[in-house]
Amino acid sequence: MSRKHLLSSADLDRAEIEAILDTATSMHDVQRRSVKKLPTLRGRTVINLFFEDSTRTRSSFELAGKWMSADTINITGKGSSTSKGESLRDTVKTICAMAVDCLVIRHSASGSCHQVAQWVDASIVNAGDGTHEHPSQALLDAYTLRHRLGGSLDGRHVVIVGDLAHSRVFRSNVITLSRLGARVTVVAPPTLMPSGIGAWSAADGFATSWDLDETLLSDSSPHGAPDAVMMLRVQRERMTGGFFPTEREYSDGYGLTAQRLESLYAARGADIPILHPGPMNRGLEISAEAADATSSVILDQVSAGVAVRMAILYHLLASGEEVAA
Amino acid sequence: MVAADRHPLTPSGEAGKEVETVADAPTTARVVMSSGDVFRALRRIAHEILERNKGSDDLVLIGIPSRGVPLARRLAAIIAEVEGEHVPVGELDVTMYRDDLRSQPTRAVSRTVIPPQGVDDRVVVLVDDVLYSGRTIRAALEALTEIGRPRAVRLAVLVDRGHRDLPIRADFVGKNLPTSSTERVHVRLTETDAPEGADPAGGSAVDEVRISGGDR
Repeated sequence: MSRKHLLSSADLDRAEIEAILDTATSMHDVQRRSVKKLPTLRGRTVINLFFEDSTRTRSSFELAGKWMSADTINITGKGSSTSKGESLRDTVKTICAMAVDCLVIRHSASGSCHQVAQWVDASIVNAGDGTHEHPSQALLDAYTLRHRLGGSLDGRHVVIVGDLAHSRVFRSNVITLSRLGARVTVVAPPTLMPSGIGAWSAADGFATSWDLDETLLSDSSPHGAPDAVMMLRVQRERMTGGFFPTEREYSDGYGLTAQRLESLYAARGADIPILHPGPMNRGLEISAEAADATSSVILDQVSAGVAVRMAILYHLLASGEEVAA
Repeated sequence: MVAADRHPLTPSGEAGKEVETVADAPTTARVVMSSGDVFRALRRIAHEILERNKGSDDLVLIGIPSRGVPLARRLAAIIAEVEGEHVPVGELDVTMYRDDLRSQPTRAVSRTVIPPQGVDDRVVVLVDDVLYSGRTIRAALEALTEIGRPRAVRLAVLVDRGHRDLPIRADFVGKNLPTSSTERVHVRLTETDAPEGADPAGGSAVDEVRISGGDR
């Protein structure tokens, strides 16, 4: 396998996903060493081009590149010439004129990474494009879950809850988790369900629900008892209309409150992993009790992020152009 | 075999140290080491290691995946039998340290497992199946420096087929095998190459070294 870009989770088949996760397992060991340095990408240049804010994705891609000896630079939208009116095309063309090998891009426009891949020769990694996809997040979620659920996701049931309409994390996760054999149920209020989700869920084989308590606690939901719960952030910065009456009402219906956590633990055991891609709105989609619960793997996700992103850079950049398929 | 089918990556091997699949199983290959030869060579190497080290004190055997790992385990088992001491065994994946990554398709990465005792001030014996260009061993030496500072590093290989690119030699050699660089050396071991479902205990007949290709 030699893949040039990582634009969408849909590009990766099961074997490729597993190859990346297996590589990430080895990379996770490197993270525990005192000398966290591999010579693998010596001489390669990786540019993080972030037009949206980010803490963990950007810093983990930067660390991943640095630990593999690539030269990494961060460019943010606010501090770059885009704030002077330069177009995305001119910005990426300018950067690539400096002979960079890889661009890690986050942009508010869905499809921007596909577009950039057609403009330049560098490898493109999608680090989140609008409400479309966030493939590296799905891979690290799969990595975390695989680790927590005993090695395989086959037949496991993952419940994804929250602002589906605006969530690229959900889109990538549904694809990646399904390809690894997991069953997925997505839960959101009707106003935060993406349009057309009925046909989509039927085609891709995931279940949808408007009732969080039923999905978590009842045994009659389509995929049965959940093995893991992923809470998504309510993306207030993308919300233009009234998607729910008040935050309190959202929290009561769809947040992982202290009370709901207690019922979940009572019904499913206190070791059920709780995921959140971050950043969290504590008190809105997730309570402090749930975020800091013993079965919360939110910080494991962050830790896995570096290992998984090292694996992604390895798979895209380590082998030479001349043998790229 | 199943793993090779499933895995989209090139198995971690090197040109001339072929990892074979059923499809390209050589029809014209000739056997240069039988399972008995492999057995005797490993016993001799184990004794040579002990002789050179004056016992098993401070020894650490580190196998290079994939076939160096079972070879290291077998050497440790023989040493345990002879000396009654269990020598720590580790695995060292060198993929990330290779200098030929760019000229090849993406390689699968294996595990690195260092024994809890570490390698500092110990005598590390690197174990691999075939010594060819020496680039794998160069990568292994570099990988080892990130893990610790052994008192000494030695190299044990089942087959030395010549054609070195680097000033590297083996301390313990199962068989010196003069080859042409157009030939391919195939090493098969029970642990890594036994057919699916075969009884591991009765599978010693799988062990084999063969040569195929070349001008003959």
